[in-house]
Amino acid sequence: MEMTYEFSKEDLAEIEKIKAKYPDKKSPVMPVLWLAQEKFGHVEPEVQQLVARTLDLPAAHVYGVVSFYTQYYGKKMGKYVLDVCTTTSCQLCGGYEILHYIEDKLGIKAGETTKDGLFSIQSVECLGACGYAPMMQITNGVYCNHLTKEKVDTIIDGLRAGRMPEFESIPMPQHLDESTNKIG
Amino acid sequence: MAIDWRNYKPLLIPGIPNLHKIEVFEKNGGYEQLKKTLKSLTPEAVVNEVKAANIRGRGGAGFNAGLKWSFMPKPDGGPRYIAANGDESEPGTFKDRKIFEYNPHLFIEGAIIAGFAMHITAVYVYIRGEYKSWIDMMQKAIDDAYAKGYLGKNILGSGFDLDMYVHSGAGAYICGEESSLMESLEGKRGYPRVKPPFPAQKGLWGRPTTINNIETLANVPLVIKNGADWYKSIGAPTHPGPVLYGISGHVNRPGVYEYPTGMSIMELINDVCGGMRGGKKVKAVIPGGSSTPPLRGDQLEGVCMDADSLRTAGSMMGTAGMIVMDEDTDMVDALWRISHFYHHESCGQCTPCRDGTGFLEKTLIKIRDGEGEMRDLDLLLDLCTQMEGRTICALADAAAWPVRYTVTRFREDFEKRVKNTVFALA
Ligand SMILES: Cc1cc2nc3c(=O)[nH]c(=O)nc-3n(C[C@H](O)[C@H](O)[C@H](O)COP(=O)(O)O)c2cc1C
Ligand code: SF4
Ligand code: FES
Repeated sequence: MEMTYEFSKEDLAEIEKIKAKYPDKKSPVMPVLWLAQEKFGHVEPEVQQLVARTLDLPAAHVYGVVSFYTQYYGKKMGKYVLDVCTTTSCQLCGGYEILHYIEDKLGIKAGETTKDGLFSIQSVECLGACGYAPMMQITNGVYCNHLTKEKVDTIIDGLRAGRMPEFESIPMPQHLDESTNKIG
Repeated sequence: MAIDWRNYKPLLIPGIPNLHKIEVFEKNGGYEQLKKTLKSLTPEAVVNEVKAANIRGRGGAGFNAGLKWSFMPKPDGGPRYIAANGDESEPGTFKDRKIFEYNPHLFIEGAIIAGFAMHITAVYVYIRGEYKSWIDMMQKAIDDAYAKGYLGKNILGSGFDLDMYVHSGAGAYICGEESSLMESLEGKRGYPRVKPPFPAQKGLWGRPTTINNIETLANVPLVIKNGADWYKSIGAPTHPGPVLYGISGHVNRPGVYEYPTGMSIMELINDVCGGMRGGKKVKAVIPGGSSTPPLRGDQLEGVCMDADSLRTAGSMMGTAGMIVMDEDTDMVDALWRISHFYHHESCGQCTPCRDGTGFLEKTLIKIRDGEGEMRDLDLLLDLCTQMEGRTICALADAAAWPVRYTVTRFREDFEKRVKNTVFALA
């Protein structure tokens, strides 16, 4: 069945607010793609066309943007996208071991999606959490730091039950009170 | 040079609970420097003070921020922009996010003061898209600053207007390069621009623009408060001020630490970070993000984290994102992964970069997988020579430097691999 994608009245109001931040009509394309991806879960060509129509831009321009940036999902992904960092600091601290453990656990390779459509795995470049390696990000959202196999098990079990891990604040070590482990 | 770091009280991120909340920030002297600036300083005076303080850009190139501001042309009544660079994608770098999370208003205050100094009409804060959690924090802080009248029209009754917007990236290291960042803000693929024209002449939407790193701008209120002489007395004389060191790899306590510039690398590893994991020896240190040349463990005696000391040692300060590797690290593997990164992130506009990064990675995979030959080491160095200084932006150099200096400084690791190849008998 063909699915048609539309923005709601609220979305269009939000898009007007986005447009007001930029002096020309091309510039809002990235935030509007983000909005679309949050709503539809991806920005497949039909969604790209919706964005192009809404902003009065050529579809080719929108496609050009989508294909340049790795975080836009130009095709449907699993409900939970596990982006495992394997760049240098993570590599040094076991990033590949974590990646391979997740691959074995879910029975797919990086770049693939499980048959039930629940999980995709990607091996990604440095996410800016190098001191908390190994780590991964879930569906462009929360960061999971200091991963171990046990921690991965807990996270994946949680996701299967619909529980997204919470944001973890990691204070600077020099601010931690040694007795309470809190800032102050 | 010895720095009394044990008694150092952090200035950028002071560790006051809930400082990210605007009320707490104000109670601790926040936005006082903005008030002082608007009430009693001229734009020229601000530029001169910041120039004299010699805040060297914390985004990687270490350029004097005030000097950069002074390149902006005279106002002509049209829009002028600051693009605040929070793309933070250089491997090993994870410090600007600490500002977003723990002291966003210090950055906002610094950016508004910079805006006043350069007659800016809008600040675009470009944050990498993966930092969604931190983008939300930053947006909240900006909303609060608007609500209190620190942003918007007629700021604190001064007649100065300034807007501030967050722009989320979407996964592209190259967008940290300043001209690519501007293309991305303009809703395009992030292809770096040919310079000249420089951003001060023709930046965002063809208008005068200054690009500064988030941490650079967070230093500005400190200079306004205490003056350039005070600022220059912190840390290394030619590269002064507080700096956020992001330390990762094989140390016991990795993380972001704020200390003066000029900290000894060995002290950072042994005293600040609690030494090497498992008591191992240091094999290599990448001082400031993966593009800066690695130093050997036996090269580190007396080397400090400032531009001069690192230049003498044969590296660079970069982003102060230090990656520490222990004696068990295989430098062939480590270098292959770095080259994979730059190959993946090359935007593809320039042949030496697009093809060069690919050849580097391919050659390193060949060596890694035991199919390398001695002449491949020379080939790697030759490729570097053909990439350096021949492209639109510095990504090609960033890709070449680690290869050049890892192969020359850790040659034994590479020779060992090559001598044990499948071709060794031939
Ligand atoms: C490939 C490349 C990537 C860069 N990435 C970043 C970055 O993520 N963040 C940043 O602040 N500067 C980055 N820079 C440096 C910027 O081009 C620019 O020099 C800097 O933002 C200026 O700010 P500063 O003078 O305050 O350091 C990068 C440069 C290159 C060549
Ligand atoms: S040097 Fe590389 S990243 Fe920079 S513009 Fe050329 S191809 Fe693109
Ligand atoms: S190397 Fe993995 S987060 Fe930076």
